[in-house]
Amino acid sequence: MARSATPAPPALTPIPSRRTIGRAQPWAWMFQRVSGVILIVLIFTHLFINLLTGDGVSQIDFAFVAGKWAAPLWRWWDFAMLVLALGHGYNGMRMIVDDYAHGRIVPHILHWSLRISTVVLMVLGSLVIFTFDPCPLGADPALLPTFCEDVR
Amino acid sequence: MPPATTLYRGREGMWMWLVHRTTGVAIFFFLLIHILDTSLVRVSPEAYNAVIGMYKTPVYAIVEVGLVAAIILHAFNGLRIIAVDRWTWALRHQRMLSWIVWGIFAVLMAGFLPRHLMHAFGGA
Repeated sequence: MARSATPAPPALTPIPSRRTIGRAQPWAWMFQRVSGVILIVLIFTHLFINLLTGDGVSQIDFAFVAGKWAAPLWRWWDFAMLVLALGHGYNGMRMIVDDYAHGRIVPHILHWSLRISTVVLMVLGSLVIFTFDPCPLGADPALLPTFCEDVR
Repeated sequence: MPPATTLYRGREGMWMWLVHRTTGVAIFFFLLIHILDTSLVRVSPEAYNAVIGMYKTPVYAIVEVGLVAAIILHAFNGLRIIAVDRWTWALRHQRMLSWIVWGIFAVLMAGFLPRHLMHAFGGA
């Protein structure tokens, strides 16, 4: 194989690619690594609790979410997932746009679509998590978590 | 003139790069949808339950299997990338590490699949 013909040391020096390096600033790489490691813990726990414990996917409904978000831990857990996952995804998509989108207009449209959708979803998600009402007035009591009976 | 030597062209390194990009993009678009569907808890219990009910259909149960598969691959290949960047040992053994990623993937999917399919199809 060609590998054996290549001495290892030269391959250790980073090889600048035309587009990504220089544009992808060091902080973006560092953020991608740090957020990635944290997201592994956050998302694998999220998947384990929501899909494997209890009745798995068939248990998920409004009352299930309300039960989880009754504990501040899970609100902050989901908030951390929201911010880190969107940031990580934005960062990755930004690099992909840099790699593949050419011309004067298309990269701008894609970059701005990414920025806008990321900010909008971060704000929307944060508002939903922190203004959530587990016992909305006028809702069918059968759909609400059991602790709503004590509230009203 | 032969192409410049890079870890990322040909063989395991290139395929893992492709896996990382495709799974990353797929997870990103799922994330957008997932934030929107979860936001329905702020609209009404009925709206949220109606849309989340789609997650419990057989077709979506299969989509979830693909999603979990993509997340596992992206997560552990991400750790491999960090290791290869950080440690010379990992750089020298990056091809073996690619196969370890697939090994972890096989083990975790073997644990996830039966239970998830029972929940989705068996009413368990």
